[in-house]
Amino acid sequence: MAIFDVFLLEAVLNGLLFGGVLALLALGLNLIFGVIDVVWICYAELVMLGMYTVYFLYAVYGVPLLLAFAAAVLLVAALGALLHQLVIRPVLASEPINQLLVTGGVLFFLQAAATVAFGIDFRNLGISLPSLVVGEIFLPWSRILAAGTAFLAMLGVLLFLRRTFLGTAIRAIAQDRQIMPLVGADPNRLYLLTSAIGGGLAGLGACLLVLQYDVHPAIGLSFGPITFMICVMGGLGNLVGGFLAAFVFAQFISVGAFFFHVEWGYVMAFVFFVTVMFVRPQGLFAASGR
Amino acid sequence: MPSDVLAPLAIAAGVALLPVLTPIGEYHLHLVILMLIWGFVYTAWSVMGRFGLVSLGHGAFMGIGAYGVTLLWNEVGLSPWLGGPIAIAAAALFAVVIGWPCFRLRITGHYFALVTLAATEIVRLVIVALRDLTGGSLGTTPKTALAEGPVAIAALQFAAKEVWLYIALAFWLAGVSVWRAVDRSMLRYALEAAAQDEDAAASIGVDVTRAKLAITVLSAALTATGGIVYAQYQLYVAPETVSGIAVSLQIVFAVIAGGMFVQLGPTVGAVFTLALTEGLRVAIGHTIPSLDGLIYGLLLVLFIIYMPKGILGQALALVGRRRAARPRPAPA
Repeated sequence: MAIFDVFLLEAVLNGLLFGGVLALLALGLNLIFGVIDVVWICYAELVMLGMYTVYFLYAVYGVPLLLAFAAAVLLVAALGALLHQLVIRPVLASEPINQLLVTGGVLFFLQAAATVAFGIDFRNLGISLPSLVVGEIFLPWSRILAAGTAFLAMLGVLLFLRRTFLGTAIRAIAQDRQIMPLVGADPNRLYLLTSAIGGGLAGLGACLLVLQYDVHPAIGLSFGPITFMICVMGGLGNLVGGFLAAFVFAQFISVGAFFFHVEWGYVMAFVFFVTVMFVRPQGLFAASGR
Repeated sequence: MPSDVLAPLAIAAGVALLPVLTPIGEYHLHLVILMLIWGFVYTAWSVMGRFGLVSLGHGAFMGIGAYGVTLLWNEVGLSPWLGGPIAIAAAALFAVVIGWPCFRLRITGHYFALVTLAATEIVRLVIVALRDLTGGSLGTTPKTALAEGPVAIAALQFAAKEVWLYIALAFWLAGVSVWRAVDRSMLRYALEAAAQDEDAAASIGVDVTRAKLAITVLSAALTATGGIVYAQYQLYVAPETVSGIAVSLQIVFAVIAGGMFVQLGPTVGAVFTLALTEGLRVAIGHTIPSLDGLIYGLLLVLFIIYMPKGILGQALALVGRRRAARPRPAPA
């Protein structure tokens, strides 16, 4: 095999685009972890519900695609806030591992609920966007759009956190949850807002994924684990670290799948993750300590 | 006799007499066997889970056990009597490879759960990826040795469900005995101390890394054993049923439902979850798939929020509180 292979380049570029979507998913999860100190094991199941929302609104009820997207983002954002209020809030004071496990119960629930409601069929929007052809390289427009939107959304969230009053409040409570009530901020309202933003990012991720993949009740299991690994590898709560880790992961999967079979790409990514944890337990890109 | 010996023995005696005393059908016998095998696996998990070492990776150990013994039999022709110990050793080795750096580097809580989650996915994906050998996601069956007769001792295959009832019962009894042995050991105190404060435990001479590693290897070896028994009984293994996230979460949740900190809690969890699944199936049939998962997930959330001790743990706590209210003549 030649050292410079055009198909390898294609795999690398596709990995970059895939990384954009993964980074968006990781950003939502990471934000919630950084602020509320909870890992939503069911995060990818929220994405799944968002994908179903787009599917039903667009493909079944004929709602314009962009409107369906907006509805999905809003719905999943509301679900995120609801999840916090109903499930996370009662266990905020108990052991951290309970908070992780309780969202695991939600994972089971949502996956089963989707199966009961929608069946196990694979469904897709029936849209196929053309590919961008550069020389011998094919890049699907759906992926380019997805990566581009993901970048814009991430930029938006970062600006919100850095430049607005509410964003500053969220960053403040992430740093010290005891002191915030003393200066007159209601932690639960900030948590609800953060959960809604995290959910909204899951909803946006759903819009971008449903353009590329079929939706079925178990699809969460194929994105969930990677998203957690990315967040941990980037240093849980470290938004920029998670962003970079998403691209590292995506390259492993994309290039691994190019050389071997797609499962081996994932195996290599997971092995890499475990190795990183052993070399730098605080995460690949974490600053000293967390 | 103390209750942690009496209760398992009484249950074991009751189960052992089932086929003798009642005209129990094949189906119900099958359910009891599954409850015993899963009860054994869940107990194996809680052996370490009760010390705050919440592993989401036990599907890895179960998968290594089940696939190890099946592949050694199918590909090399090695009897499960030899293949089983090899598979258990492999799972124990995997536990060391994952556990040692984790404990050395003090990866705990969320991080430990997620590292072990990655481990179980690695095992599941490797099983799927080696599809020429393992049959991929469709699973595989051990080559049958039951063509010549209903009993094949060398192949550890038996046609009669009654035989499996006693085998599963023996393993279950061994599992809860190991739980009791750990409960009464110095290791327990070391691990409880380490779970609360690693530095303080280390300062009074507890080798935290070693204690955690010991309990993890024990738990992994038992879980792999459960995988072997499951594979030999079902004579069918599939990556989704013996490894991966789904199984790992199933293990953790059943234990939470039953009670993580009491000896028979995991067994109660196995009985509860299987009874729920089968009860719903009988009550409403196959018309609504996954309804059991829906109720199961909802119950888990409620359990963790309102009853974190689990069914048996909560029941025993209530009994204990009532007993404590009464004056006692002498310590039991």
